Amino acid sequence: MIPAAFDYVRVDSAAEAVDALVEHGDEAKLLAGGHSLVPLMKLRLATPTVLVDIGRLDDLAGVRRDGDTVVVGAMTRHHELETSVVLAESCPLLPFVAGQVGDPQVRRRGTIGGSIAHGDPASDLPAAVLALGAMLVVEGPSGRREIAADDFFLGFLETALAPDELLVELRIPEHRGGWSFQKFTRRAQDWAIVAVAAVTGNRVGVGLVNMGVTPLRAGAVEAAIANGSELATAADLAAEGTEPSADLHASVEFREHLARVLTRRALLEATAR
Amino acid sequence: MAGAQSAVEVTVTVNGVEERRTVEPRRLLVHLIREDLSLTGTHVGCDTSNCGACTVLLDDRAVKSCTILAVQADGASITTVEGLASPDGELSPVQEGFRQEHGLQCGFCTPGMLMASTGLLATNPRPTDIEIRHALEGNLCRCTGYQMIVASVLWAAEHGGATVAGEALT
Repeated sequence: MIPAAFDYVRVDSAAEAVDALVEHGDEAKLLAGGHSLVPLMKLRLATPTVLVDIGRLDDLAGVRRDGDTVVVGAMTRHHELETSVVLAESCPLLPFVAGQVGDPQVRRRGTIGGSIAHGDPASDLPAAVLALGAMLVVEGPSGRREIAADDFFLGFLETALAPDELLVELRIPEHRGGWSFQKFTRRAQDWAIVAVAAVTGNRVGVGLVNMGVTPLRAGAVEAAIANGSELATAADLAAEGTEPSADLHASVEFREHLARVLTRRALLEATAR
Repeated sequence: MAGAQSAVEVTVTVNGVEERRTVEPRRLLVHLIREDLSLTGTHVGCDTSNCGACTVLLDDRAVKSCTILAVQADGASITTVEGLASPDGELSPVQEGFRQEHGLQCGFCTPGMLMASTGLLATNPRPTDIEIRHALEGNLCRCTGYQMIVASVLWAAEHGGATVAGEALT
């Protein structure tokens, strides 16, 4: 499988990337690690005419603390998330989830920014970012702005990023409390059939993988917990407001069942940590 | 920043030899390796980044060359299965392990298995059985049932670990 032809631009800074996006408009796509985009291009489900390669923007990679916020650069690769000492201490859900993405070779290349900007409802990291209440910092021609993760995922592979904007970093409020990620797959390196990311403690957040056209929060579960429900009772609401699709792996009903079961397991594990 | 280009010069060091080619940006790294450089030990299996037959070392770390554009590898050092053995032809410990423990039958997945195993031992010289299984999650074998492959990697860990062209890899 060979991608359709395209022109190639390699940039050396976020500002150059924005310039290239302005020049080429929505015909252009950003290339980070390429592990979401290149497979789609090989299937010709994506046929950008210009690729803007941001793969060498090392200043957008890495994890650091900024007061009570953890700042994760968009070009940080899954392997770096998985092995980050800062994240292990201040946001352990994220390295665990990163370690569940694909396989070791994929995790050497794929980036958190690429995964979030791709907005695939079947990806693991967007659900974690929703559960953690991250702010996404994007850079465009008129400078930087912040978008709450809650407002970022708009439709199937559609996000709040404008065609001339670049995701530069994630700002994650420090999480003190329990966490869990429950991923149901048929085979080790597969996409989740359904997965649930949960945090409890100073924040209660539940993110759902593959339960609709976008990564989702289980809002009914979070509200029930806030109102004092038992965790198991709250988890029964996990499929409320979701619209999972059926495919050869699972029916709609099975996905709804998985969402409830995995949410219960996630909440119980999170509160036990 | 240069303007958008429809042909790009790519320089890579493959198994210690610097190679320069002008390629279309859509050229996949695996095709650069197999077709432009005639190194056909690296296989194309699923072509969808599932099976791992195309695994090579990119700057000493295992990656899937069917999901990387050749232009992304510009300036990088690449090791393919042809580069594992010593210059005198002595097999690397990982290769020898697969021989000693019968880690292959048809051999199609073997180049990728060897490269992923070498990548594992470079960063984890003494992996447990379960760590090996997780490290090889991205490599599919339809012959051996994996048992013999895990035994091969354990053998390699005990007999010199990760080496490339006779040099230890860390």
